[in-house]
Amino acid sequence: MWLPLVAYVMFGRQLGDLEDYILLPAVPAALILYAVAVWSWRESTVAIVGATLVFFWLILAVTAPYLPLVDPNKPVAPFVTPFTEKNGVLYWLGTDTRGRDMLSRTIWGGQRVLVWGITATVVAYIVGSMLGLIAGYLGGWWDQIVSFVANVLLSFPVMVLFILILNYLGPSGFNIVIAVTFSSAPQIMRIVRGLALDVKSRDYIFAAQTRGESPLRIMVVELLPNVRGPLIVDACLRLGYTTVAITTLTFLGLGLQPPDPDWGLMIKEASTTALVWKFSYMLLIPALSVSSLILGFNLMADGLREMSMRD
Amino acid sequence: MDQRLTTSGEPVPTARDVPVLECRNVCISYFTRSGEIPAVVDFNLKLMPGEAQGIVGESGCGKSTVALAIMQYLGTNGKIVSGQILFEGRDLTTMSDEELRQIRGSKIAMVYQEPMASLNPSMMIGEQLAEVPIFHEGITKVAALERARAILASVRVPDPDRIMNSYPHQISGGQQQRVVIAMALLSNPKLLLLDEPTTALDVTVEAGIVELIKEIAREFGTSMIYISHNLGLILATCDRITVMYSGEAVEVGSIKEVFEAMRHPYTRGLFASIPVPGADKNSHPLVAIPGQLPLPHQRPHGCYFGPRCSHFVGGRCDAAPIPMLPVKGSEQHGSRCIRIDEIDWEASVGKELGRVPTEPGDVVLKVDDLTKHYPIENSSIFFAGEKKTVKANEKLNFSAREAETVAIVGESGCGKSTFAKVLMGLETATDGSVVLGNLELGHVPVEQRSQATISGLQMVFQNPFDTLNPSHTVGSQIARVIRKFGGEKQEDKVQERVMQLLDTVKLPRDFAKRRPRQLSGGQKQRVGIARAFAGNPSVVIADEPVSALDVSVQAAVTELLMDIQRDHRTTLLFISHDLSVVRYLADRIIVMYLGQIMEQGTTDQVFAPPYHPYTEALLSAVPIADTRVKKRKVLLSGEIPSPSNPPKGCPFSTRCQYMMPGLCDVIPPPIVEPAPGHKILCHLPLETLMAMEPVIQVEQASGNLH
Repeated sequence: MWLPLVAYVMFGRQLGDLEDYILLPAVPAALILYAVAVWSWRESTVAIVGATLVFFWLILAVTAPYLPLVDPNKPVAPFVTPFTEKNGVLYWLGTDTRGRDMLSRTIWGGQRVLVWGITATVVAYIVGSMLGLIAGYLGGWWDQIVSFVANVLLSFPVMVLFILILNYLGPSGFNIVIAVTFSSAPQIMRIVRGLALDVKSRDYIFAAQTRGESPLRIMVVELLPNVRGPLIVDACLRLGYTTVAITTLTFLGLGLQPPDPDWGLMIKEASTTALVWKFSYMLLIPALSVSSLILGFNLMADGLREMSMRD
Repeated sequence: MDQRLTTSGEPVPTARDVPVLECRNVCISYFTRSGEIPAVVDFNLKLMPGEAQGIVGESGCGKSTVALAIMQYLGTNGKIVSGQILFEGRDLTTMSDEELRQIRGSKIAMVYQEPMASLNPSMMIGEQLAEVPIFHEGITKVAALERARAILASVRVPDPDRIMNSYPHQISGGQQQRVVIAMALLSNPKLLLLDEPTTALDVTVEAGIVELIKEIAREFGTSMIYISHNLGLILATCDRITVMYSGEAVEVGSIKEVFEAMRHPYTRGLFASIPVPGADKNSHPLVAIPGQLPLPHQRPHGCYFGPRCSHFVGGRCDAAPIPMLPVKGSEQHGSRCIRIDEIDWEASVGKELGRVPTEPGDVVLKVDDLTKHYPIENSSIFFAGEKKTVKANEKLNFSAREAETVAIVGESGCGKSTFAKVLMGLETATDGSVVLGNLELGHVPVEQRSQATISGLQMVFQNPFDTLNPSHTVGSQIARVIRKFGGEKQEDKVQERVMQLLDTVKLPRDFAKRRPRQLSGGQKQRVGIARAFAGNPSVVIADEPVSALDVSVQAAVTELLMDIQRDHRTTLLFISHDLSVVRYLADRIIVMYLGQIMEQGTTDQVFAPPYHPYTEALLSAVPIADTRVKKRKVLLSGEIPSPSNPPKGCPFSTRCQYMMPGLCDVIPPPIVEPAPGHKILCHLPLETLMAMEPVIQVEQASGNLH
């Protein structure tokens, strides 16, 4: 489900005709995933509420090209308040300072945030987990080097690290992925390393060693599946943090650039206009969207943790 | 001493006919998310003052639940659903918390399994002991410390003053457990509950604690409830016994009655699955109880043991709940079986097989002067003094032949696990050689060994719960080994072989699709055995494969190992600390202590005199569940020395009762050979060794033998 979405957003412009169809399989996939999530987490209301919030935005994100939405970047009629008609068109969420439809910008913005946020987290996880397994299982010099590098990265305040990297690489969605990896991977590495150290002394790892399995195989096949418990909860939380980071960065102008619809940008534009108090909806709508998404991730994490502790 | 004294020194009249503890029809249930789970059903117990009662059963039978219920300590989701627990006539279930707090610790005391978990690690022992009388009797701290010191002396702790001022982690396991027992005895309780107090301890240390408990029972007149799964221990310490199965008491009676004239099929099954002296793997194999313990909510109608009982009669045994019926000839002996008078209790349980013992072949494994030292990193910043080493293995010498079972016996810290690791290549030897076939392996770590070598030498691990990867299915784990070593490349042939192996270890074929968490401990260990034998190894090292399993499951897994070994003519190196199992299945035995081999020889040679003094003590320490066996008592003083600081000369010299000062503690002992193949590492002259009396003697009809 993820691949079509990522492909669409990252390479959409180049794909030409394909652009319209590539997201189609993702739509039923997202709906099925939601149903599965609600069913398997049915014991925890918290997790279900969280999942609903997240999947709300997710389903909107994948169905965005197929919804009857106005082009988010086309100025139509500036400063229209929500639920008013103008020139025969009903604007559900109004328009912004440049006249672009807020509803469509919100939905498309959600897509951007989700894609970049989740991609960044996934990449950070892959890098962090591999490093953590190496440091935990192989130990010795590997552990010293990897831990040292991780400690250096962790000693930077997160925002400072982001700003440094994005300044150097230039602001774009792809570079945000790199920046998030740099800041999150050390923390993930620490978690995975701790879990690997614990699992390393179990008999089935000894059994694999006495069979002469290669260290790589032991790490990936024997160790990795058994450390995923705490990682799932951490992943949900981290998605929330990453969303905040991306929104903040675009607000600061370091992430996606205008006219890309993105909630951070919407907040920035709304807050810099002098008329913000009269037309407060322009600020509230993206702010509430961001908050609801992050709340969704946190609630999911809470619910999952609660369920794993109950057993 | 019959009479006990209060703190002021006056005798307390004990009413001898009021039982100290009486449980009447107690039913205990746990309330969980999935509903009510009845843990203990219809439990009755009567304990008179000064008596020691044992509760025996396997894991899951509810014995610990009973102990916790007596202490009224069941936790938030356990409840006594019905019945009464009367302590000296007062019902514990109706008392308030305040009243219970007065009783717990002062009148009823409990000793748990893990001594380290029972002691507060941040308080000194003296302080912890003093807490008891300060709280319950309100005396001053100075007086409390005095009492603590006195009680430590009565539990025979060496150097009580040092222990009073130590923290729990600074003393050994055996001493910790003695401290816990001392704490329990400090306020002169009327009832002492012991929940598997020696399971976590070494055999020789266990023997000391067992002696201590017997003395205490005599000296203080405390009534005891001793919970264990080890029938030999119960025989040594208790007067009466209750056998529990799946939450019910199935047989009660005095020790003599139950051990010699048991009247319940489960009790008989338990005894048949324990190796006793005189049992030999070829003539009289262990008989496991077929089937599995039923889950609490799946207990069958009528007799809970019915589905596994060979005397089951449909229509009678499953009609109604079975009451506890008295056995004729004794008013105190009861059994929960309606066919007590119909079953022939004298018939032997298993078949006498009369198997031909396998002839061992050529030498497969030869170990010469194997030495393994671990350097300890110097934790001081300045390089003070010489580097310390842990001498885990010191000059080991032995050989093993094809189709032979060689047992390596020793307590914790003797170096047997290190030896297994060196053999498997997880460690390399510091010196000496290990020759497998004609390949020198001692200095070759596993990464550098050839596929053929690795496949020829496999291992069965101790802990069944960790031996399988929880994320992969059982079938895929066995298949992996077959693909790597078995030589089968085609997928369907590999699957065929997986099924064959599952048949060999007597597991149903559809287990191949299950994950380890759906299997019981015994089943997981069988899969571990299947995995080890999947590559057709020539040598298999079994590192305590059955010690973590229940008694009846142990019998099944041990028999399985014997069968496979016989069929494949594999050499089996069986590492264990349990001498009864070792006597049953080993052809040759090696006794290790602190990294050195103290004695080696065939089973008959080792179990009969001449003995090495350590072997003598080990044999005397093993609890044997047979009333016909007479054991000579040899108690060891002291503790096992630390392997980083072994005694000069003979490593056993600090605890040996034959120690000759000036000789044993200075000069390393020579090897004495009383018979071909029987080697003893001792300074004692041959005549003294040959004149030793046997430790274990089995009374036959004709008098003493063995």
